[in-house]
Amino acid sequence: MNDEFRVTIQSEDDILEARQEGRELGLRLGFGPSALAVIATAISELARNLLLYARNGSIICWAINREPQQGIVIQATDEGPGIPNIEAAMKDGYSTSGGLGLGLPGVRRMMDEFAIVSRHGRGTTVTAIKWKEPIPKSSSGE
Amino acid sequence: MQVPILKQGPYLIASVQAALRDADLVQLRDALTEQVGTYRTRGVIVDVTALDVLDSFACRTLSEIAGMIRLRGAQTVIVGIQPEVAFSMVQLGLKLEGVATALDLEEGLEYMNRRMKQIEQGQYE
Repeated sequence: MNDEFRVTIQSEDDILEARQEGRELGLRLGFGPSALAVIATAISELARNLLLYARNGSIICWAINREPQQGIVIQATDEGPGIPNIEAAMKDGYSTSGGLGLGLPGVRRMMDEFAIVSRHGRGTTVTAIKWKEPIPKSSSGE
Repeated sequence: MQVPILKQGPYLIASVQAALRDADLVQLRDALTEQVGTYRTRGVIVDVTALDVLDSFACRTLSEIAGMIRLRGAQTVIVGIQPEVAFSMVQLGLKLEGVATALDLEEGLEYMNRRMKQIEQGQYE
């Protein structure tokens, strides 16, 4: 089972591909429909940020196991200009591109874990995790 | 992939078929705005049942479609947003405020008919 992928984001078509790959990986990992939509949407937003701010970068996803939780990691990484003011960038409605400014704070809201590392002139890496709902231990009484 | 636009009775129906590229959405926006004039239609229904993601760009373009069509003197209703798509939209903070929505095509047509009647009778909103 292939439980990781990397898509280089250089055009809109790559956004579609990353989103499709993310959905397929999520499906293989057993995520439900709502979580799959969240994963695909988060990838879409992060990939779009790569195009908007860094011109190009990569979306990398892999399965993560932190017993008893299983999840998917979505990482968007670029070698762009970096984010000068992360605090501002994480606020709803903040945008330097004329967009809605919901990208990063929105993705943080959708995902269970979220981290961002940015260095001026060196690029940005956003890492986010979505956990599968932990399976309740035989509460069905079987 | 270009979105087919069908004329059904007094309305235009755009059925989004599958995962759309940004350029396809922008093309749809411009085509609809144009065709409202060509067909002198008063109502546009955009069916997004087949979409599995509505991200911030798609939402912004749908808002633009509704706004531009309103300025052209017609109404727009978005139909078929799937439950999981709605879930991720609100999580992301996208509410498509100010844009009419309906459950599916049937409800969308019903909404349009009601809306047309209201407008004929001079009751706006």
